[in-house]
Amino acid sequence: MNLSSLVIPVLLSAVAVYGLGKRVDVYAALTHGAEEGLTVLLRIVPALVGLLTAVSMFRASGAMEWLSGLFAPALDLLGIPPETAPLLLVRPVSGNGALAVASDLMASHGPDSYIGRVAAVMLGSTETTFYTIAVYFGSAGITKTRHTVPAALAADLTGFAAAALAVRLFFGS
Amino acid sequence: MEMAWVWTGMVTLSLIFGLLSGNLDAVASAALEGARSAVELSLSMAGVLCLWSGVMEIMNACGLSEGLAGLFRPILRRLLPNASKDPETLAAVSANVSANLLGLGNAATPLGIRAARRMAKGCSGVASDELCRLVVLNTASIQLIPATIASVRAAAGCKAPFDILPAVWMASALSVTVGLLAAWLLSRGRRRL
Repeated sequence: MNLSSLVIPVLLSAVAVYGLGKRVDVYAALTHGAEEGLTVLLRIVPALVGLLTAVSMFRASGAMEWLSGLFAPALDLLGIPPETAPLLLVRPVSGNGALAVASDLMASHGPDSYIGRVAAVMLGSTETTFYTIAVYFGSAGITKTRHTVPAALAADLTGFAAAALAVRLFFGS
Repeated sequence: MEMAWVWTGMVTLSLIFGLLSGNLDAVASAALEGARSAVELSLSMAGVLCLWSGVMEIMNACGLSEGLAGLFRPILRRLLPNASKDPETLAAVSANVSANLLGLGNAATPLGIRAARRMAKGCSGVASDELCRLVVLNTASIQLIPATIASVRAAAGCKAPFDILPAVWMASALSVTVGLLAAWLLSRGRRRL
């Protein structure tokens, strides 16, 4: 049994048992909350349609590969291995895409190689930035995102550079 | 407004590259495919979204979320001073942070959205400094045990898939710090202009 499969069932039952102990109608609360989830969903769909249409076109046109090549020398300066450029570009827009690119890197370089470890640490220390921004601001009805995108991208870039640095530090290159 | 630039740039670059490489057929079908997959993704997350919104409702009703909020209040009071004054927003943010730490990304999003919706009330579509901070916190990863990545490494034949943990923690901590610092600097810079 996977230890992480324990988390969700235990969490669900613990909350329900505790609530019932406090004489709360947990089932009514659950369905009421779920209803609210549906209204949130309605506002997320338009934001995701916009984002995923552009991402899908971008990948199909070959622009993604061109950008990877363009960024490679700059990444070298930051101490980020250029082989990971495709991962850097996919990570902010697609979680599944990033997982696929990272597994590919691990398969071709080996999971315990420098590149393989950097790819794994990059995945673990960053999030699907644009998806998160689209979903949060879409559901909250925000159109002026102000400095969120630059700040989030600064965090991502730091995460990528720090991943390469941390792997060198803990494992050597 | 940044999203408008990003979107226009991506779509236009796709058109240019499609024309140059003769991939235009693929680009055209990718556009429709992307839109379709957005709805599929939304539907596939609908159940999880509703489930965790429901669990949050139970936690609110029985006082569990207050306990959780108490745990995170010392940090969140500094990070989101205005939002922390509203008990229900503080509870939602606390639950969001806990879910993120546990690596329950699917649970963290609905909880964070709940907080974001409360924080966006009466701001007529403009994100406040604190809302920007909450979103930046969620675009950076703060999970303690990256279970998915470990399973990918194990699948690739790695004997000790968790040996990267200290490196992940170090990279995450640096990335979150820089993100919050950048948000703080940018909010100050723009106000002065």
